[in-house]
This record gives sequence, structure tokens and C-alpha cells, in this order.
Amino acid sequence: MSEPDPTVVPMPIRLEYLVTAGRTYSKYLHALAQKRIVGARCPRCSKVYVPPRGSCPTCGVPTGEEIDLAHSATVTTFCIVNIAFGVMPFKPPYVVASLLLDGADLPIIHLVRGLPADEVRMGLRVRAVWVPDEELAPTVESIRWFEPNGEPEAAYETYEAHL
Amino acid sequence: MTRPIAVVAFAQLPNVRRDTAREETELVQPVINEALEQAKLTRRDIGFTCSGSSDFLLGRPFSFVSALDALAPWPPMSESHVEMDGAWALYEAWVRLQCGDVDTALVYAYGKSSLGNLRDVLAQQLDPYYLAPLVPDSVSLAALQARALLDAGGCSEADMAAVAARSRRDAASNPFAQVKKSRAASQLLDDPYLVAPLRKHDCPPISDGACAVVLAAARSGGERQVVITGIDHRVEPHALGVRDLTRSVSTRRAAEHAGLFRGKVDIAELHAPFTHQELLLLRELSLSDDVKVNPSGGALAANPMMVAGLTRIGEAATRLARGEGKRAIAHATSGPCLQQNLVCVLEVT
Repeated sequence: MSEPDPTVVPMPIRLEYLVTAGRTYSKYLHALAQKRIVGARCPRCSKVYVPPRGSCPTCGVPTGEEIDLAHSATVTTFCIVNIAFGVMPFKPPYVVASLLLDGADLPIIHLVRGLPADEVRMGLRVRAVWVPDEELAPTVESIRWFEPNGEPEAAYETYEAHL
Repeated sequence: MTRPIAVVAFAQLPNVRRDTAREETELVQPVINEALEQAKLTRRDIGFTCSGSSDFLLGRPFSFVSALDALAPWPPMSESHVEMDGAWALYEAWVRLQCGDVDTALVYAYGKSSLGNLRDVLAQQLDPYYLAPLVPDSVSLAALQARALLDAGGCSEADMAAVAARSRRDAASNPFAQVKKSRAASQLLDDPYLVAPLRKHDCPPISDGACAVVLAAARSGGERQVVITGIDHRVEPHALGVRDLTRSVSTRRAAEHAGLFRGKVDIAELHAPFTHQELLLLRELSLSDDVKVNPSGGALAANPMMVAGLTRIGEAATRLARGEGKRAIAHATSGPCLQQNLVCVLEVT
């Protein structure tokens, strides 16, 4: 006896949302449009979060004093994307990395370019490469990627607490 | 024998049509801080935390995890979440406190109903095979129920308008309410239908908001406190077609199991987003005319999704604590046409 064909009912659902970033995260986005990377310091534990947060996850208070962070960073960890999927910024292989901006206590995620993927290392020192000024917008895509800044590799101890 | 649990604090944000300034942590943090301050507790004193919210409202997955930052969840804490109104989070917290090894619980809920088209978003909670593909919106489903109730002689359009006018007049003294005034009931009936037989005044506003409640094991020694003497929740069959929409058997059963009918109540905070639903609930709960119904204005004055049910419990407890009565019922609902219902009986001891 043959199995009947399964009944398939396609039910496409589309919901549209107008999402707002909230007052804390908005400061970070607006700063990016001015070619600045803004973090904020938790008034209790003094950790510098980037982006600033509505609540420090250790202390439960909003981050306070805003801090302009350097545009240089250390690669704390990274992955090499080898498999093509969905919307991709580049043809694989390319590198997505955790980047600890100088002066920050929390890494951000961004692309690392400017050297072969297999030469990216933990501790690599990089700097932000911005889009042309006329393309700056309140998005992290205002930074095109990070590339090596020529400084020697950072010592493991300088970022081991941020892995 | 259940362990008596007291409602010791309640805080809420002013309800607004569209809150563009706050993301999750910014919604939740002020109400958590205020509730803890009222209870004279810190985050570290709390034994269990439970929240209610829905990612469908926010339009992104795991938004409740982002909200957790407001709790300072490091070092790790004991926490749970329901994809439901916060009243069900309170139920989970109440059950957790019954275990006896923790004595305090924090319950919070937040909802931004404004980000998507709420009527379409709510259609996604329907049975996915037969109903959801038709995308019947939440107001149209409520209108079907109102029509059934009108046809059965359960209420009149004038009765419904009276509920709207009274709720919004009462809301004038509620600083957190969103819709605070109303024309006279008789004038409301001149308005056109929004979805017949519902007019605009029969429907809740779309609201963004958040609230928090602190529960604690009741203290012995005759101290005046507001105690949960019964709490229960029940659900109707999922398919709207097999339900009698003019009844709310689940509400009645929940009320029986929560011990509502063991005595009279002074205050009822009913989560009735549509006017006819209040009339339907009043009948199922056998509430007499001398009960003060929805003195806060209820969901017709502010209806933040996932929050408005927990707010009913907080409002009822706050009024008892202020001496406005001795016994109250708080009711919460979820889903289309009063799909799920929770009844919480509160008493001053």
C-alpha cells in the first residue's frame, strides 16, 4: 500500500514592525553617524560598555558617563566564514571577529579585512575603516570593517578577561 | 493547605500609545526598582523571578533575554519566563513559593503593543491550520463574541456604552491610565461602528507599558497585609467554533477553584479588553451591583499586551492595601474572546 502524499499548506506570514532603539542605544547609533564610537561607564562597577546599555548586567543600573572610545581594537577571538549563506557582506572566506576597542570592557562584533583570513590571530591589533563621510549614518555599518593597524600583537594578558 | 503569599509591592509605568524612548531594559528597570524599593528588598534578596512578555509584539526573538539585564543576572539567578501575560508569571511565582524553600519572588511584565500592527500580530496566536491563515483580526473576533452575546440577550449596546463611559471616567483618577475621559454613554451610541457591533469606545486602546509585583511569604503575627487566598487559571477549547462565546466557563471554574464564592468581594479588577467582555465576566463571577468594578479604568483605559492582566492583580492589591476594601478579585485573560482566564482572590488579613 502506498503512502498518500502529505498535504502541504503554504501559509506565508508577514508582519511589519517599526522598531525603536531606545534612548541608550540611540546615543551609540547617532554617534556612529558622526564617526564616533561611544561607550558608557557603569557607575557602580566602572566597566565600560559599548554600546551603552539600559542596564549593566552585573549591577542592574543604567550605564552612565559617556565615553568616546578609540577606533583601534584588539581581536579577542574570531571565526573564518567559509560557507556561503543568505545575505553575505563578501565572498567567503572572510573573518568575523570579537573586537575589544581600546578602553572598553566588552567586545563588539565586526568584520576584519585587509589581510588573508588565515593570517588573522588572537591579539591582532586593528583599526576601524569608516565609510566616506557622506555615507555616514546611524548604523554600525558606518564602519566598513577593521584592518590591521601595524602595531605588534597584543599580549594575551591584556584581553584574557574579555574572552 | 497552601502557603499564604502576600502581595507586598506593585509598580507600573504610565501607559502610553507609543513609547519610542524605551527598549526592554529601559521599560523594565524603573518598575523593578520601584517595586523593590516599596518592598524594602534588593535584587539579591529575591528568591525567584518570573516575567511575562511576547516576542511577537517586539518583532524579534528572545527579547525577554535582553530584558534580563535589568535584573543584574550576574552572578546567575533563579529565573523563568512565560510567553503570556504577567499574571501567569505571577501564578508560576506563587507555585514556586509554595515549595517553601524561597520566601520572595519578583514578577514583571512588559509589552510594546505599538511596534507592529497589533490586530495582525494577535492573529498569529490562533490555531495555525484553520484560523490563522484567514488572519481574523482581534477586533473582528471580539465583535463576533459581542454579536453572539447581544443576540442571546446577554447585554445591549447601551449596556456596553455604559461600561466604556464608567471605565474611562474612573480612569481620570488613575495617573497611569491612557484614556481618561468619555462622553456620556448615550452620546457614545451615536458613533459609527468600528467592527459591528463594536464601536471605538467598546475597544481597548493600544498601549505600551510595564509593571512589576513583589510577592513574599505572608508574615505571621497579625500584621496587616494583602494575601492571595486563592489563585487558579483555566483555558477554553482552542477552536473558537466549538465554544459558546456567550459564556466563560473557564473563568467560572477558575473562580470556584480560587474560592471566590466563599465570600463577598468589595473590589473587582477584571481584565476585559472589550466592553461586552466585562458584562460577560460579571455574570460568570456572579458579582453583585455593590462590587466596585475596575476602579482603575481597567483594560479599556490602558491595555498594554502581556501587562494588563498582571496590572489587575497589582491594582486590586494596592486598593486593598489602601483600605478601600477587605476582599478583591483580580482577573486576567489571554487569547481571543477570553480564551484563557486567571482568577486571583486577595484578602486583607
